[in-house]
Amino acid sequence: MSQVIGKPINRVDGRDKVTGKAKYAAEFQVPGLAYGYVVSGTIAKGKITRIDTSEALSLDGVLQVFTHENRPRLAWFDISYKDQDAPPGSPFRPLQDATIKYSGQPIALVVAETFEVARYAASLIRVEYKEEPHETSLEANLHRARPQKHGVADLLKPPPPKPKGDFNTVYEESPVKMYGRYSHAAEHHNPMELFASTVVYEKGGKKPKLTIYDKTQGVTNSILYVSQVFDIPFKNIRVLSPYMGGGFGSGLRPQYQLFMAVMASLELKRSVRVTLTRQQMFTFGHRPATVQNVAISASADGAMNALYHDARGETSRFEDYTEIVTNWGGMLYPPENVTQDYKLVPLDVYTPLDMRAPGGVTGISALEIAVDELAYELGMDPLELRLKNYTDLDHNSQKPFSSKELRACFQQGAERFGWSKRQFEPRSMRKGHNLIGWGMATGIWEANQMPARAEAALLVNGKLWVSSATADIGTGTYTIMTQIAADALGVPMEDVLFKLGDSDFPVAPISGGSWTAATVGMAVHSACEAVGKSLLELAKKLAGSPFKGAKWEDIEFADRQLRLKREPTTAVSLQTLVDLNGGKAVRETSTGLPNALKQKDYARATHSAAFVEVMVDEDLGTVKVTRAVSAIAAGRILNPKTARSQILGGMVWGISKALHEESILDHNVGRFMNHNLAEYHVSVNADIHDLDVIFVEENDTIVNPLGIKGVGEIGIVAMPAAVANAIFHATGKRVRDLPITLDRLI
Amino acid sequence: MNSFTYTRADSVEHAVDERVAETGARFIAGGTNLLDLMKETVEKPSRLIDITRLPMTSITETIEGGLRLGALVTNADTAYNKRVQERYPLLSQAILAGASPQLRNMATNGGNLMQRTRCYYFYDAATPCNKRQPGSGCSAIEGFNRIHAILGTHLFDQEGRALEPQCIATHPSDMCVALAALEAVVQVTGKYGERTIPFAEFHRLPGNTPHIDNALEPDELITAIDLPPNGFADNHMYLKLRDRASYAFALVSVAAGLELDGDTITNARIALGGVAHKPWRKPEAEALLVGKPTTQESFQAAADALLAGAQGYGANTFKIELAKRAIVRALGQAAKLEPTE
Ligand SMILES: Cc1cc2nc3c(=O)[nH]c(=O)nc-3n(C[C@H](O)[C@H](O)[C@H](O)COP(=O)(O)OP(=O)(O)OC[C@H]3O[C@@H](n4cnc5c(N)ncnc54)[C@H](O)[C@@H]3O)c2cc1C
Ligand code: SF4
Repeated sequence: MSQVIGKPINRVDGRDKVTGKAKYAAEFQVPGLAYGYVVSGTIAKGKITRIDTSEALSLDGVLQVFTHENRPRLAWFDISYKDQDAPPGSPFRPLQDATIKYSGQPIALVVAETFEVARYAASLIRVEYKEEPHETSLEANLHRARPQKHGVADLLKPPPPKPKGDFNTVYEESPVKMYGRYSHAAEHHNPMELFASTVVYEKGGKKPKLTIYDKTQGVTNSILYVSQVFDIPFKNIRVLSPYMGGGFGSGLRPQYQLFMAVMASLELKRSVRVTLTRQQMFTFGHRPATVQNVAISASADGAMNALYHDARGETSRFEDYTEIVTNWGGMLYPPENVTQDYKLVPLDVYTPLDMRAPGGVTGISALEIAVDELAYELGMDPLELRLKNYTDLDHNSQKPFSSKELRACFQQGAERFGWSKRQFEPRSMRKGHNLIGWGMATGIWEANQMPARAEAALLVNGKLWVSSATADIGTGTYTIMTQIAADALGVPMEDVLFKLGDSDFPVAPISGGSWTAATVGMAVHSACEAVGKSLLELAKKLAGSPFKGAKWEDIEFADRQLRLKREPTTAVSLQTLVDLNGGKAVRETSTGLPNALKQKDYARATHSAAFVEVMVDEDLGTVKVTRAVSAIAAGRILNPKTARSQILGGMVWGISKALHEESILDHNVGRFMNHNLAEYHVSVNADIHDLDVIFVEENDTIVNPLGIKGVGEIGIVAMPAAVANAIFHATGKRVRDLPITLDRLI
Repeated sequence: MNSFTYTRADSVEHAVDERVAETGARFIAGGTNLLDLMKETVEKPSRLIDITRLPMTSITETIEGGLRLGALVTNADTAYNKRVQERYPLLSQAILAGASPQLRNMATNGGNLMQRTRCYYFYDAATPCNKRQPGSGCSAIEGFNRIHAILGTHLFDQEGRALEPQCIATHPSDMCVALAALEAVVQVTGKYGERTIPFAEFHRLPGNTPHIDNALEPDELITAIDLPPNGFADNHMYLKLRDRASYAFALVSVAAGLELDGDTITNARIALGGVAHKPWRKPEAEALLVGKPTTQESFQAAADALLAGAQGYGANTFKIELAKRAIVRALGQAAKLEPTE
């Protein structure tokens, strides 16, 4: 019975968030808290030859300064430092030794009685370096591109499939073809909330007890990391992360403030908080810059026959961060001759990190501009070309999609936007100095599900308590899990208390890749079902029970009751049942597992079509996205309101990526220079105008029984290319480098 | 941020005395720029002299028929002041093109004049910067200089040979561009008493001493800014081009004011922002417009003259052409030949 799933329900945590009751990692107050301030390195490569902390140490209120010279002994092997999202390689270890691997590297931690003293003391630390030449430019080092190292990361991020057919010959001989070289700069996640860890120290038996409030997209990841690096048993650690002021992928790996805070706490035997500064938010993972080449050819009627897509992405010298950049063409389009290639260029930077639709928005941006270019080579409407090359098969795996309502996205999106009125010729619409253009693009993202666990308990007061160690990174997890639990046991939302972000709860994977809704949703559903089954057993024990012979299939839950499906008046209240349980809650823990057997013959993905109108000032190059429509096929939409917010956020970010976002890496100093929110430009309100979201019907019984696919990333994927294509339509200028700032248009 | 002492000044004289007594002391008004610089350890004042209680908080008439803007009136209160809006809409427009509502509510007029460049390298103590640390070099010239200056960066030795510039930073203010066009006058008080500084002489070019932004002596306090009677209220335009529609500094901005007799220009003012170490004016270029009709050709000639001698440093070279187009557009808008949106 679906009562609340599918309804546009307000966030259950909304009130706490807007009233400030919701607390974030740096806001938990503990008596006797000491404050750590990280000192960041200033060179990109070399060695620290001297680090003088004496002046800092002599300040009143300074407790200790930790550097590579005096840090405690820590775990020896790389494996201990590997978190759940660690790519192949050797993880960065803060304060490991005198080596500097990238600019902004944390080189010391000052701990003091107050934040202000710690910060001041940090400015008194004198560091001398022996600099070595560094390489930070992707463009200048493309010749060093090499294949990625392989590891477990390949499971989620498979390298491109082997070439098929004969790209070169077919491309050469084709009547219509395009080739383009595309690039974009590095970008930083820049969530509003700064990374912070508050470590509460208590004396334990042999080892101390730590309660850690951490900003993370996975408390399980943090507890694992802390336990391994500092050799403390799980049972002595509890990691909490009830709220997150934006993640976008930045919290998928434990950031170095966690290491610093735990180290200081253990050494000083005190509670310690470390909060990074905005500038330091530019000193860890980021979306890697890439350079891509795309070539597509077609027969004269527009049928694609050959596709080439390569990408060179930056990574660090110590880890091989990879993402799926070039596999998408083979998933979206049917040409027989395909070469997809992906290589890495190690540079003296920190390891990149997943950022909303990692690889997807990167690769699709290039691919979908390329498809637009092909349409113009053909003289064919860009939407027409996509319909001409529509396929229900993932041509990489040769498997059909479990569901794919992209055609409906095209139709409904085009209809809402008014695409049929578009004139093919660029520069065909104008208003005063403004050229107006319409562009569109396709999006695709994977629909994954991981294993996860959840606990459900029908409490003696009849309320339903549900928990899982997952995260709500701002997406609405609290709300949709409450909905799923409420429907599973037929209770109103206000009877459900869903809790997350606590490592004491049943384990769940890091929250990313758009898989949380399906992953944790299925775990919650399954735990609630387990409670339901126990309740049925209790119901059978009622004197003269009408449920004696009832099987699971025969009953349903509604109106706080367990009842017979065929005879809903035969019902017993849940309160009555839990009262039978000897004063105890009816409690079950269960695992939600993807049904591999069912899934294995299918490719699983969400799809989108984005339509964008821009106005470009012909003389001044300023771009305004006046309206955009995104039509989304993402399986079952659990909550159209929170889902719409996800898509809107993705659309805004897509516009931002197309027009504004860029982490400026100065290669002379090897350092990101615009490391603040005044100079790292994201779209502001004044940049965003009319946005429209359509969810098309998509039933999918293969992804999981609830038909959930996830909506976290699909909203951004198609947007940058749609913006770029609209700019081409407006101006006749094809810009292949993002962001499209006004200097690229005048 | 370093530790500092704090004094609340109770009179202009008190503020000046405190400043004279301690070279490391700094005035603090809205704090929107100074506090950021302190957190980045670019500014390390030994004492903060809080001037926010001083009686410089009103907008009054001058005997000449202009307005006097108190140095402590906030940018927001100035922009939304009725008399300013009616008589100096160019100033109002310029202020509202800057920063964000929250910042404008805190920022003061005096502080706006004194705000420092937004050059990335200036803000990051890890990089060489002649303005922050004289003699350390300029990272921007060979570095990322997309937001930097194209005018007034040249340096010559005594024989007139070109030298490597010392600094290519811009002054980031919007308000100051309008004040330059309006030929405002800065009222200051120092240990030797009061004096006035014409706006064109207030900010300076970097020359060999890029660490000095302006003509204010260390002991001097800005008390007010005087606006002359002519506010070019009928024909004006502040056009700001930036990387997003709000909350970004100008890549190029133009403050234009015209007086017209029919289609003929009788008086013109043009100031540019985002292109130099100070709001950029060139009276010769303005003179070219006088007696001319309000046509593209007249505007273009003025634009070419204003940008004469401009030099790009790579990433910012686009600004030369952009500035010309912006001038032509802004003059057209000021002459009401073009819509302002
Ligand atoms: C994120 C951000 C974006 C911004 N965007 C823009 C923009 O787009 N356009 C724009 O024009 N500005 C912009 N600003 C700058 C803003 O306008 C200035 O920071 C503000 O005007 C400074 O005023 P204040 O009163 O806060 O100065 P404070 O920070 O208090 O002081 C700045 C300096 O002025 C000195 N000072 C202050 N008052 C006096 C006085 N009366 N006499 C002598 N010295 C004095 C102080 O000693 C200090 O050195 C932005 C600022 C920020 C932080
Ligand atoms: S332009 Fe000026 S402020 Fe910027 S680095 Fe060079 S000297 Fe410093």
